[in-house]
Amino acid sequence: MSSRNKILASWDSLWVIRGELSRRTYIMFALFGMLVPLAAWWGVSVSGWMDKVFMPGPMEVVSRAYTWFMDDELSHDIWISTYRVMAGFALSAVLAIPIGLMIGTYRPVQAMLEPLTDFIRYMPAVAFIPLVMLWVGIDESSKIAIIFIGTFFQMVLMVAEDVRRVPITQIEAAQTMGASRGEIVSLVIVPSAKPALLDTLRVTMGWAWTYLVVAELVAANSGLGYSILRAQRFMQTDKIFAGIILIGLIGLTIDQLFRWLHRRNFPWMYKK
Amino acid sequence: MTTKISIQAAHKTFGSGEKAIVALQEVNLEIGSNEFVTFVGASGCGKSTLLRCIGGLESLSSGSIKVDGETINGPGVDRAMVFQHYSLYPWLTVTENIKFSRQLRAGREDLTSSDVEAASGRADALINLMGLNHVRDAYPNQLSGGMQQRVAIARALLPRPQILLMDEPFGALDAQTREVMHDMILHVSKLEKTTIVFVTHDVEEAIYLGQRVVVMAPRPGRVDSIYQVDLPEQRDQDMKLAPGFLQQKKAILTRIRETAGMHTDYELLERMTQQAAQQNDMQ
Ligand SMILES: Nc1ncnc2c1ncn2[C@@H]1O[C@H](COP(=O)(O)OP(=O)(O)O)[C@@H](O)[C@H]1O
Ligand SMILES: [Mg+2]
Repeated sequence: MSSRNKILASWDSLWVIRGELSRRTYIMFALFGMLVPLAAWWGVSVSGWMDKVFMPGPMEVVSRAYTWFMDDELSHDIWISTYRVMAGFALSAVLAIPIGLMIGTYRPVQAMLEPLTDFIRYMPAVAFIPLVMLWVGIDESSKIAIIFIGTFFQMVLMVAEDVRRVPITQIEAAQTMGASRGEIVSLVIVPSAKPALLDTLRVTMGWAWTYLVVAELVAANSGLGYSILRAQRFMQTDKIFAGIILIGLIGLTIDQLFRWLHRRNFPWMYKK
Repeated sequence: MTTKISIQAAHKTFGSGEKAIVALQEVNLEIGSNEFVTFVGASGCGKSTLLRCIGGLESLSSGSIKVDGETINGPGVDRAMVFQHYSLYPWLTVTENIKFSRQLRAGREDLTSSDVEAASGRADALINLMGLNHVRDAYPNQLSGGMQQRVAIARALLPRPQILLMDEPFGALDAQTREVMHDMILHVSKLEKTTIVFVTHDVEEAIYLGQRVVVMAPRPGRVDSIYQVDLPEQRDQDMKLAPGFLQQKKAILTRIRETAGMHTDYELLERMTQQAAQQNDMQ
């Protein structure tokens, strides 16, 4: 085979449907996928097609993030936003997991709560802001409440679905071994659903961050979402970019943390 | 032989009104202590339903099932069940799966400390008996289908059930693995003196394992006929080729086809072939 043919053949082998990719090739493609948009962004910003005011370049954004950090309390903004997300998310999880578990396990609970939850989840969380301000006020708890409203109802339904996905034969096997209902829940359903539950938490954590910006619309005076909104008033597009990218990076970090927890806690899923 | 399981006028209907399905109709059967009974029949004839009723996972619409003269009411540790698949706990190792019933309150009731010690020895004995020693710390998804079923059987046997209910336990295995499993389960049934009720769609398997083969018929699900198997107690794979075995296999297969109303319409096939040929000519 000529070397040209060899290259063609190995190129072709990359595109096998659902094929395998070596770790090195994978990283190369991933870097390519990240660097191309970055380069395009940089290209547009230096070409002068768009006004710098509307389209700051990567360097402007980095330097704005730096001054934000040095002179303008970036670390406090990150901290307070992370705190709000975590608090709203934790509150959701603490309530949604037991409720979802009951819905997925006992039919009467399902009949009682699932249609209701389904209904509420279609109401836009943003529209609750005026009510939240009236009921909860405008302090920290209102921001936490909005993140809670945005994530809780979805989470309940997803947890219920995770629980229902536990194979019935796993449950029946326990029944024939004489397990009581409580034992089936604690020794079969919960451990069996755990990996899916952690994935549900990972996904809803992403939504919690998207509700952050909405929450910080509510009379906040600090936080990443708040800073982005205020930067718009001052035409600081570089700060808007910096804020959005920072939220993305924090989200990505937390997502990776969840994935790491998954691999660590459920080693049996990764052994072949 | 003393009677272990006694099924009396068992009826089971799913649903109601127009859509009601009679899964079991007037089933009467006695199964002896330490007997190995196999059930075959066209799909949908109620084999699984009957097994699940004996296991207590379903309740009868009317009639009764008695074990040692006592009417059953729900699942019990005296009756263990082995499913076709997906019943192992993937987050537990082989050993932990086998010992699962030991953490249950029902399994711990009135145990003395020497019982507990004996039970621990029993898990090891079962692991050895099932040839699972080299995979005792593996997780189920690291095992082949045959190995997984060995674990499921060991787990079911741990609390010394008097009855083992098996629903097509080897249905997903390849032919060679299945033969090995057959001799293994026969060995176990002798060693443990367990009464085994075994559902399968494989007539050869049913004859090779069973002392009696019960043929069920569909719509409504019922017992059609019962065949006594005349094979030496010590089975041997070569027996499957003996004339007597083949004769019985043929008789049972024919009977199942009759109950299901299945037959190949050769005339229709012939007509379709001719039609296709004509259409090809016209093009
Ligand atoms: N849970 C159920 N609900 C409604 N119908 C059922 C249920 N389980 C079984 N059936 C029906 O009962 C009949 C017997 O089923 P089954 O016992 O599974 O047959 P087999 O195991 O012999 O194939 C079938 O017609 C099946 O559709
Ligand atoms: Mg069946």
